[in-house]
Amino acid sequence: MSKHLRTPLKTVRGLGSARGGTHHFTMQRITAVALVPLSLWFVWIALSLVHLDYAGARMLIAHPVHAVLMVAFVISVFWHAQLGLQVVIEDYVHAPGLEIAFQLAVKFLCVLGAVACVLAIARIALGS
Amino acid sequence: MPQAARPKSPHLDIYRWQIQMVSSILHRAAGVALAAGTVLLVCLLASLAAGPEAYAKVQSAAGSVFGQLLLLGWTWSLAYHLLNGLRHLLEDTGHGFQIKTFVKTGWVAVAGSLVLTALVWACVLLQRGGA
Repeated sequence: MSKHLRTPLKTVRGLGSARGGTHHFTMQRITAVALVPLSLWFVWIALSLVHLDYAGARMLIAHPVHAVLMVAFVISVFWHAQLGLQVVIEDYVHAPGLEIAFQLAVKFLCVLGAVACVLAIARIALGS
Repeated sequence: MPQAARPKSPHLDIYRWQIQMVSSILHRAAGVALAAGTVLLVCLLASLAAGPEAYAKVQSAAGSVFGQLLLLGWTWSLAYHLLNGLRHLLEDTGHGFQIKTFVKTGWVAVAGSLVLTALVWACVLLQRGGA
């Protein structure tokens, strides 16, 4: 039997501890630290894009260093965004069905966004 | 559910606005805004991969008055979320929790975000003037 006072039913209903809180905290910090230099680099890239035409913009992102950094940036961004939005939804959406729907939607959209960006970067870098 | 009948703790409207709560609320608001901004990130990269016509569409949308306002908002959101995020990382190490320090770093994040935004847009305007 359980050593805890909380009945197992609470966990079975999906409202108990998922024992994943520390992982959430750690990944939020790791992606945050990664995004400090990456977002500064991204601002520099975005500023460069202002005065570049299509061919120039494509050549800039196609450079192996920038392509790799862009992949790292988009993965960190969508990962960090999902972790942050998850907490916002946990704090403000209390209707059980709606909360799960929002959490799933955010997760799916973040993964789709990241995959779409990575594919686009691959196409740009490989010239297809 | 019995929870519904319990008294609730006082919420935002009962407190005097101060930098401690404003910096926290702004951090979350800027984060949500930046998450919305990822739509443009996807559009930018996807259109760059798709071809000149698609890229031109994204360029003209970003260059419109509405687009420029959004970009200005996202610039500030990124600047603030970055600076206040660094403040959070400092606090994760156990530092910066004395009230005086906490208030000071809060103001540094707010003022610094305005300075960074101004710097970025000065670069944009200078490039446009030179081009």
